[in-house]
Amino acid sequence: MNPEVSGVDTVIDTVSAVFMVVGALMSLGAAVGLLRFPDLMSRMHAATKPQVLGLFLLLAAVGLQLRTWWVWPVLFVAWIFQLLTVPVSAHMVGRAGYRTKHLHRELLTTDELEAVVQKAADKRDADDDEASGPA
Amino acid sequence: MMEIVLTVTAVILSLAAAGAIVRIAIGPSLLDRVLASDVLLAIIGATLCIDMAVNRHLNNLMLLVALSIIGFIGSVTVARFVADRREQPNES
Repeated sequence: MNPEVSGVDTVIDTVSAVFMVVGALMSLGAAVGLLRFPDLMSRMHAATKPQVLGLFLLLAAVGLQLRTWWVWPVLFVAWIFQLLTVPVSAHMVGRAGYRTKHLHRELLTTDELEAVVQKAADKRDADDDEASGPA
Repeated sequence: MMEIVLTVTAVILSLAAAGAIVRIAIGPSLLDRVLASDVLLAIIGATLCIDMAVNRHLNNLMLLVALSIIGFIGSVTVARFVADRREQPNES
């Protein structure tokens, strides 16, 4: 904006340029992960990169380029809402992926959900027997 | 310098969007497609950010905030109603 180019301006421009390129590389990393990883769970791991860190870097680049203070709270609100909503969708997609068996069991190191699901299934079977028993 | 950054990020984000679209096209299950469309939405948000940063305007800012607030509803809805229709479980 200013006609004279100072050293501080050059530094801020360089930092925001680095942020923009790295933030774009996060998206590319997510795309490579989506194409190369074997099952839904590992693809979900790759998909979170541009949603959280990539968005943070690019919002910081916007704030640095605009050189105003009042824009930072709005950018912060955008990032906080992204942080709040991305785990919700990831939880739902992961839960549906587990229930519909979109995973390679041999790739898991531990499966803490299996015992819970088995227990719930046993309890439901017991309740069904009890309900149909006396009749 | 901003022109170089714009060109580099445009190439990178185009490749990333192409990868996400390929995964939407070939993704064996519905959940893979939902996940890839989430990534595509994040890439679109990234392009909006870079447009604002390079050209120094704030026209897309409210669109970006709205995306980050309501962008998750689609994938939550699809994941809620997804059903398993495959013959054998591990083909993902």
